[in-house]
Amino acid sequence: MASEVKNILLVGVGGQGILLASEILSEALMLSGFDVKKAEVHGMAQRGGSVISHVRYGEKVYSPIIPEGEADILFGFELLESYRYLPLLHRDGRAVVNNLRINPPGVSLGQENYVEGIPEKITGHFPQSKIVDGMTLARQAGDLRTVNTVLLGTLSHFLEIDESIWQQALKARVPERFLETNLKAFALGRGV
Amino acid sequence: MEKTILSGNEAIARGAFEAGVMVASAYPGTPSTEILENIVHYPSIDASWAPNEKVSLEVGIGASFGGARALVTMKHVGVNVAADPLFTLSYTGVRGGLVLVVADDPELHSSQNEQDSRNYARFAKVPMLEPSDSEEARAYTRLGFELSEQFDTPVFLRSTTRISHSKSIVFPQEPLSPSTETGLVKDPAKFVMLPGNARKRHYDVEARLEKMAEWACDQPFNRIEEGTSDIGVITSGISYQYAKEVLPEAHILKLGLVHPLPKRLIREFAERFEWLYVIEELDPIIEEQVRAMGIAVKGKDTFPICGELTPGRVAKAISGKEASPAFSHDEVLPNRPPSMCPGCPHRGVFFGLNRLKAFVTGDIGCYTLGFMPPLSAMDTCVCMGASIGNATGISKVLPPEERKRVVAVIGDSTFLHTGINGLMDMVYNDSTATVIILDNSTTGMTGRQDHPGTGYTLGGEKSYQVDLEGLCRSVGVKHIHTIDPYDLDETRDLIRREMERPEVSVIITRRACMLHKRDILERKPPLFVDPDKCTACKACLRLGCPAISWEPEAGEKGKAQVNRLLCVGCGVCEKVCKFGAFGVCDGE
Ligand SMILES: Cc1ncc(C[n+]2csc(CCOP(=O)(O)OP(=O)(O)O)c2C)c(N)n1
Repeated sequence: MASEVKNILLVGVGGQGILLASEILSEALMLSGFDVKKAEVHGMAQRGGSVISHVRYGEKVYSPIIPEGEADILFGFELLESYRYLPLLHRDGRAVVNNLRINPPGVSLGQENYVEGIPEKITGHFPQSKIVDGMTLARQAGDLRTVNTVLLGTLSHFLEIDESIWQQALKARVPERFLETNLKAFALGRGV
Repeated sequence: MEKTILSGNEAIARGAFEAGVMVASAYPGTPSTEILENIVHYPSIDASWAPNEKVSLEVGIGASFGGARALVTMKHVGVNVAADPLFTLSYTGVRGGLVLVVADDPELHSSQNEQDSRNYARFAKVPMLEPSDSEEARAYTRLGFELSEQFDTPVFLRSTTRISHSKSIVFPQEPLSPSTETGLVKDPAKFVMLPGNARKRHYDVEARLEKMAEWACDQPFNRIEEGTSDIGVITSGISYQYAKEVLPEAHILKLGLVHPLPKRLIREFAERFEWLYVIEELDPIIEEQVRAMGIAVKGKDTFPICGELTPGRVAKAISGKEASPAFSHDEVLPNRPPSMCPGCPHRGVFFGLNRLKAFVTGDIGCYTLGFMPPLSAMDTCVCMGASIGNATGISKVLPPEERKRVVAVIGDSTFLHTGINGLMDMVYNDSTATVIILDNSTTGMTGRQDHPGTGYTLGGEKSYQVDLEGLCRSVGVKHIHTIDPYDLDETRDLIRREMERPEVSVIITRRACMLHKRDILERKPPLFVDPDKCTACKACLRLGCPAISWEPEAGEKGKAQVNRLLCVGCGVCEKVCKFGAFGVCDGE
């Protein structure tokens, strides 16, 4: 497998804005001069289902989907979904995960149990991982909806992308009137 | 022009614009929908939603006959609907170039089957291009129009979910101007396909394919990428990317044109290798043709025929070894299937159907989720429009008492797509079933597109809005009722009454989709559960609303609870609760 290609897997629940986050991420990677591919599925997945987006970058990327077990970073917006896709992470990989629990229908109906202790399981197996209190930071930024930008800020730590490029990518994708709160959210996340 | 990152669908729209397309027509369908949603932003193109794929292709054919370049797009199963004009279009050929984009869905991410459209290229004798990333999607769309005119044929462009919904870097080119040569031309030998004319055209079709197969041997889109190992691979589309990923040292014959195949080129390539793979998703289309040339290959004996390929699946097929993950679960995780949104107007209808123990012949749309527990109120789902014919057929073989239980349920977009024909048959042939049209004023499933029943066009302009009641009346339905599905009891009573009636009746449940773009929905305050009144009967849980959850730790027996962030205040749960435990939060 082409070794110089880096892989980021974004996972979460439909409606959390994962596709927008992967959009901004890919934009920033392209602006940094990389070849970039990203893959995701629209349709059924949007209705509160499990959502997954693959982002790959490097000098030359072939497959838009990440080979199994080759994700360098698992970027999770929700605990259970992050845990679900943990097997796709490379043994030296890391997870960057939002400390948020959203009950799937079976749990809401009291028929199934949510998995307990996910943050510890993740950091136990992948010690370089980071669990982020995205919601708290988004509240600090002044708008709960900026949680994705907070998380991107934390992710940005681990990527070789200039801060100015991140700002450019955010400007390109975030509507003018939300830009300021989003830049603040990004900085808060980056400071984690 | 500057490079940019585009999805396959955005790139196809761009390619069509560059090719000087004048007319684009489609019916939405995942993963093809965004092509038209993007193309509508190019003012030089007349882009519109058709009520179904057959009409969209016929519109495209008309534009081509008028001398313009035309783009038609659909999902794989859409070609089944459009197959009739397609097969004869192959005989007439084109005047202005015509490209039919078909987006397949290996793995059935959002479809009812996994058919491989390359079969249609062979069956209808229509050339097919297959891009392997967004840049090729742009370039091949443009190329498709050139081939269409050069060889006097419609041209297929085949995409798949992983092309349409993946993004990669694209280098846009300068656009051509749309043709100025449009106008009426009489050419009956070409455009009037009666036996005498069509018989002659069939010879042209065969000659065209033969000529193209030879010509394609020397074209840059069918190319050999030399490697260093002694393995040869023939591949195309997204499978090419997986082949490069997994076998970086192999020699690769990458086919850009998957029909007709460049036989001479394939033979020259194949002769050099002892060990030859054909890597293709779904059916062994390339493989069987290569074998028919007397060449031994490894194909579906090695790679799966069902589902999509992935780098991992290709690697495993070749090595026989499963990759061992660094981590694997030792517990079963709760699933997270998609579900109807909070406040979805469909929910109450299925709740009622469940209580009435109806046998529901279903259809395709968001409401198909009504088959899932706890609503569990859909018993069949075949293809768009099938619910009504299915209800007619099943009623024919049931005793009168059981016949009453049969209810067809269909969305507004689906009804106008191909449901109306079934209703005509129902009245004409004296069926007795009940039909429910779920009118949420949009094509919800595919991301909320307009259709003739919404009264708006793809461009967002106001247009005539089909009068569903009037339409049903005009085909002879005598009993037509319209109701707000939020009125839970009234809806159920009405359905019960109409099920009893030994005649065709139509119930239109009318309320806009919660995510509707245009209707400014009144934002209602969320509800809450009064724990003192909740008796833990769990009746509200049977609605399957994502905003209602069960808190087993609350009280002695547990309590229901409303997630305020998700609740949109539709109030349907309040109507289900016999104990008045639901209240409306005030002041928010
Ligand atoms: C032949 C065909 N074309 C397109 C589709 C994609 N598709 C699935 S359901 C649907 C329409 C859904 O709209 P509607 O019937 O109004 O129901 P809603 O989703 O709004 O509840 C479409 C276009 C398909 N499955 N088959």
